[in-house]
Amino acid sequence: MEQSERNQRYENYVASVTPKTGTWHSLWNSFWIGGLTCMIAQGIGDLYYALFPHLGKDLIVNYTSMTIIALAILFTGLGFFDVIARKGGAGSFLPITGFANAMASASMEFKTEGLIMGTSVKMFSVVGPVIVNGIVWSAVAGMIHLILAGGM
Amino acid sequence: MNNPVIDKLLVYLIVFAVGGGLCAIAQLLIIKTKLTPARILVIFLIVGVILEGIGVYKPLNEFCQAGISVPIIGFGAALTRGAIEYAKQIGILGALGGGLIRTSLGVGTAVVASYLVTLIFSPKSK
Repeated sequence: MEQSERNQRYENYVASVTPKTGTWHSLWNSFWIGGLTCMIAQGIGDLYYALFPHLGKDLIVNYTSMTIIALAILFTGLGFFDVIARKGGAGSFLPITGFANAMASASMEFKTEGLIMGTSVKMFSVVGPVIVNGIVWSAVAGMIHLILAGGM
Repeated sequence: MNNPVIDKLLVYLIVFAVGGGLCAIAQLLIIKTKLTPARILVIFLIVGVILEGIGVYKPLNEFCQAGISVPIIGFGAALTRGAIEYAKQIGILGALGGGLIRTSLGVGTAVVASYLVTLIFSPKSK
């Protein structure tokens, strides 16, 4: 009797402590955080384009993604990214910055197991599926393109 | 009529709406289907591969700009563009390396920066 009462009280306590994130709330958070990330990247790209117009579009796109990747990894190291990730859900992991964060946080987390067996092994533990599938399916797409081009 | 400031604002609005919209779709998939983030990432990546493969990505990118290139769709599209370009240049084996060649600057940055950050910082205890 007392046991069940205590369980009930504990459940109430857990419910009161657990943050209430409704579906709409989490959708809105991932919307604005993801949208803001893209807008910042667009801003950096436009800035590079204004400062170094001679570089050409391809190189500027590359420099922009390198910049936001480096920033995201720096933020991961400083511990800022956790705050964004907790709130943003898909808004924080779908952009390329989330990809960078996943690599950096995995490699930092396993630092205690050594730089080779910890950091180097675990760096791709989260983003490995993305890299592997990306290489495999892009190679398939390239081959299909060439076969179709050769056939026609 | 063609005010450049308003045009620029419109571009940023599109970037925000498209980028945010894609993230909201991913979030909805997580909530409704209980797919893990890794699977969501792979699904969006393959969407990017398909869009680039059928030639739809380029016009989409011209319209949405960073709104579609910053989400992982852009990574899939860049890999595929590289694979197709190198396959055309050096034959069918070019498809194996082309994706990595095109995305190497970003991937290299991510690996080196992650390593450096790991050397400098220690993870905060939770």
